[in-house]
Amino acid sequence: MNATTAAAYPGPRGADIIAALKAARVEFVAAVPDIVTSDGLLWPISRDPALRLIRLCKEDEGVSICTGLAFCGRRAVLMMQQTGLMDSLNAIRAIAVEYQQPVCMLVGLQGKEADRAASASGKYGVRIIEPVLDAMAIDHITLDSPADVAALGPAIARAYDRSRPVVALIGRAVVR
Amino acid sequence: MTMRRDDCIRALARHRGDAIVVATYQAAFDLMRIDPHPLNYLSVGAMGQASSHALGLALGRPDMRVVVLDGDGSLLMNLGSLVTIAGAAPGNLVHFVCENGCYEANGSHPLPGGDQVDFAGLARAAGIGDVSVFDALDAFEAALPGLLTRPGPVFATLKVVPGDPSPQEYEVIHGAETRRRFKEALRTAASR
Repeated sequence: MNATTAAAYPGPRGADIIAALKAARVEFVAAVPDIVTSDGLLWPISRDPALRLIRLCKEDEGVSICTGLAFCGRRAVLMMQQTGLMDSLNAIRAIAVEYQQPVCMLVGLQGKEADRAASASGKYGVRIIEPVLDAMAIDHITLDSPADVAALGPAIARAYDRSRPVVALIGRAVVR
Repeated sequence: MTMRRDDCIRALARHRGDAIVVATYQAAFDLMRIDPHPLNYLSVGAMGQASSHALGLALGRPDMRVVVLDGDGSLLMNLGSLVTIAGAAPGNLVHFVCENGCYEANGSHPLPGGDQVDFAGLARAAGIGDVSVFDALDAFEAALPGLLTRPGPVFATLKVVPGDPSPQEYEVIHGAETRRRFKEALRTAASR
């Protein structure tokens, strides 16, 4: 994304997302790095003493780790790229959906054009994400702009209240 | 030498106390038959995920011991979890892999690599410092008190053969009632 596009279509602020996570009583972040969220979110989280970062080798580990934590009454989010989401679909299907567990996922949409909705992306790997989530009946929200972050806290609360998974799709690079 | 898996589980039952035990596939079915403890965590959901569920439980309840009875085929499906566990370094996690060299729940086909895989070596190479191998029941039972109390993460390979058959009650391990009972047992454990 060039500087002109970035100025015209600003991404969500990492500080706002972190504040929303803390307000939602999230204590743990399980993550595989993703370039959409790297600078603005994952690096700040890694330096935040109020959040315990669990570095993963593979994304589906995080589905199970978040579930184990949920059984203990501890809140967590799983951060990954949409490729990791796709790679984890069986774990999400079984553990989050069929077992009805509050697995909350922050998913960077690598390659999504800043000026388009994910569903209108020219990238097949981006365009299919929302239809896949819809087919699995998984609640999802979009965090493209700074204002969108207001939906994150209620989405996490909804996941824990209903004991169901939720996905927040991050469609523009998170800014500090 | 090898041990019967059901004998290993009987030994664990004698020493586990209030530990959470996460078990997968055949070990889960044996555990249900031999030691139907309320703190058994049986709902792993997807093959390979037992060690990751156990890591979440261990981080969420640092006041409790968490034991995972993994399978060798299952661990091969989530080998990276050894590295993740070593990195997170939960002091209360004990990871047993029941090595029988085959996919017992799926027709007993051999593992890729046959008997050449060294799970203890993989655990060491992943960064887990407390690693051992047991192929004799008396040695395993003698070591259990230490394995269950030393600072973790602890890893041990158990060289096993099946033992007596246990009913494959998939509807129980996947059932909502099993998860509800575990959650309630864990909540009660919190008030002790």
